[in-house]
Amino acid sequence: MSELLASLRDLTVTYAAEQGTHLALDGLDLDIVKGERLAVIGESGSGKSTLALALGGLLPPETHIEGSIGWPGFAAQPQPGLDIGFVFQDAGASLNPVIAVGRQITEIARLHLGLSRRKARERARALLARVRIPDPDTALAAFPHQLSGGQRQRVAIAAAIAAKPSLLIADEATSALDTIVQAEIVALLDELVRAEGMTLIFITHDIALASGFADRIVVLRDARLVETGPTAALLGAPKQAYTAKLLASHIGLDTPPLVAGEPA
Amino acid sequence: MNVFKRLLRSPAGAAGLALLALLALAALCAPLLFPGDPLAIAGPPLTPPFTDPAFPLGTDRLGRNVLAGLFHGAQASLAVGLAAAAVSIVAGALVGTVAGFAGGLVDEALMRVVDAFQTVPGFLLALAFVSVAGASLAVVILAIALGAWTGPARLARAEVLSIRERDYVAAARIIGMHPAEIALREVLPNALPPVLALAAVIVGNAVLIESALSFLGLGDPNIVTWGSMISEGRNVLRSAPFLSIVPGIGLVVTVLGVYLLAEELADALATRKARP
Amino acid sequence: MSTPLLAVRGLSKTYRSGGREVKGLDDVSLSVAAGETLGLVGPSGSGKSTLARVVMRLIEPDEGTVDFTGQNLTALNGKALRAIRKRIQMVFQDPSAAFNPRATVADALTDPLRIHGLASRTERPRRVAELLESVGLPENLAARPVHAISGGQRQRVAIARALATEPELIVLDEAVSALDVTVRGQILDLLVSLQRERGLAYLFVSHDLAVVRAVSHRIAIMDHGRIVEAGPAATVVADPQSETGRALVAAIPRLYREAPQDA
Repeated sequence: MSELLASLRDLTVTYAAEQGTHLALDGLDLDIVKGERLAVIGESGSGKSTLALALGGLLPPETHIEGSIGWPGFAAQPQPGLDIGFVFQDAGASLNPVIAVGRQITEIARLHLGLSRRKARERARALLARVRIPDPDTALAAFPHQLSGGQRQRVAIAAAIAAKPSLLIADEATSALDTIVQAEIVALLDELVRAEGMTLIFITHDIALASGFADRIVVLRDARLVETGPTAALLGAPKQAYTAKLLASHIGLDTPPLVAGEPA
Repeated sequence: MNVFKRLLRSPAGAAGLALLALLALAALCAPLLFPGDPLAIAGPPLTPPFTDPAFPLGTDRLGRNVLAGLFHGAQASLAVGLAAAAVSIVAGALVGTVAGFAGGLVDEALMRVVDAFQTVPGFLLALAFVSVAGASLAVVILAIALGAWTGPARLARAEVLSIRERDYVAAARIIGMHPAEIALREVLPNALPPVLALAAVIVGNAVLIESALSFLGLGDPNIVTWGSMISEGRNVLRSAPFLSIVPGIGLVVTVLGVYLLAEELADALATRKARP
Repeated sequence: MSTPLLAVRGLSKTYRSGGREVKGLDDVSLSVAAGETLGLVGPSGSGKSTLARVVMRLIEPDEGTVDFTGQNLTALNGKALRAIRKRIQMVFQDPSAAFNPRATVADALTDPLRIHGLASRTERPRRVAELLESVGLPENLAARPVHAISGGQRQRVAIARALATEPELIVLDEAVSALDVTVRGQILDLLVSLQRERGLAYLFVSHDLAVVRAVSHRIAIMDHGRIVEAGPAATVVADPQSETGRALVAAIPRLYREAPQDA
């Protein structure tokens, strides 16, 4: 399992900002292996979302990009939507509010897979069942606002995988959801990429969330790569102080409480 | 000051600003360059342009200096445009803020009044008002504002309705701020930028409506306006077309300048607002 | 226990949207003692934020009362309500939305002092500096516009604003959820130490049970507008009795220090 899917060399991304320019990614070197589940961890301003957009070729036109993104895993330049699927934080914003979700997925399947209308609709139904939407037939006719936040995110995932992409990028896909729904969505993503043999790039601020299923972790901070390594090695023995700080900042059930017993 | 810089950086904004600066300069210089009444007879009638150095743009049927009229007309257009915009923005913003903030019955009542005004075209409203109240500069300004205040009122109300639900308004309530202070200090200043962007459009329309009123002979008869000049030139349109064309160019330049500026102003204010 | 600081009794609030009725709050009762932190947890749409806003009188309940030191807040209006607000303050989730976009740090902190007449005009700059110091910010931050400082600093200013009137209770509505994880820990430490120094009580609203557990004496779990479970923090987390409680405990992301098991 060492065939390369993508190879980033000295990737530097600069945005025009109010005062001068803003460096969003600074000399990033990163290889993405086919079939791996790669977690990209970073806080605000780390450049993690810029990385997602750069991989998909979705950066705004006025962005200045240096360095290279090679795609040894693809015969031609991969197309967003077809070869690369995206799931964003706000599913409400990535789905069209005035079109029924069934039609949105059907259109993607028709456009990218060249299916007939009927076949595409069948596929949309199968996809909704695949992302475990209860009662997919009803859901096909539903509009995004009629669904809960978790269901909308499931629909967004169905839309992202409708064209059978080989790379799925989830950018903070669970951070707008409550913890219960978050756990369900993470389990769904994990199961989907395993079953379909997709490569997953899971972008998050929550290192614990990534620790549960990622093969490899990349830590970004202030536009630079801090450290990367297999999940167990990186979590067990972080080489960088910042990674250790992230781990120490995690609050779980084993974290000693800050207050105890009766109020003072 | 930030907005101003951004305006200068965009070609359209800079051009609009330059055109309006030119207009303002003409209006300010009018009494210096052409002292005395521009309506007074200055020379032989119907002198064509570029023939007599004393009258570079010629004279009209009564022998009045066209260049002097153009400069003084700029004064009238600018005064009417700015005053009408100021009146309609202030009135509209207040009505809109009260409606949006008070809600309920007050909102309903005020917005039905706005509807009533909006169903009548602004020009007809101005025409009717001037015919009843008589033609003077103040009446013309009020007449134009009468048709123009509804836009700012609607926009201000919409902004207030959205701002009212923001956390910082809730935060102001929580620290015990008086509702009047919340409306004036927290809501109104943040609702105003898009409404102000509307001002430029209103100025452009006001200049046009004023000219149309003057053209129909319903402007203030004691001042020169471009509209009255065009109207005056209409009678000799075949023999002396320049009498209508010269003030017409003045109008085109003004409205063009105003619209260019309005467009860029709206953009500049929007980006400023979008900043976190 | 004597009279609790805050006692909420039988609160109900129904929303109507598109012909459907949604129970935002359904007969909710709870209490917070002086100096205590009550954690309020629940999935999204459970009604926890509605409850926080009803306590703050930002939303009017259909039924029920909110008693604060024996006074019924829901019966107060106008001047009396504005006066008592000094004793109950709130911190919002998104610090970038919680301040007037035109305000400087000093403006934000001066307003509560001015409104409640807590410091004369000449004393205000000194009080602002003290407030900034109490939340670990340098006093030269006062002149900066709120939008020009970092998210973590902004949330500290929000806490300083809440402290300005020296309240007895602060409602924290997802107050650390929008912050970076490394900042989150600092803000939680700050909240806990402020509580120790001043005997503040908190109503700590969050969807994250692990965070709630870390700072709360007691925890109440909400779902579908009802309180489904309440008790001492350690007990609720160790042995949740309700289905929602068990789901919340199970959903907390664990930090796996070993390799993920391929199943």
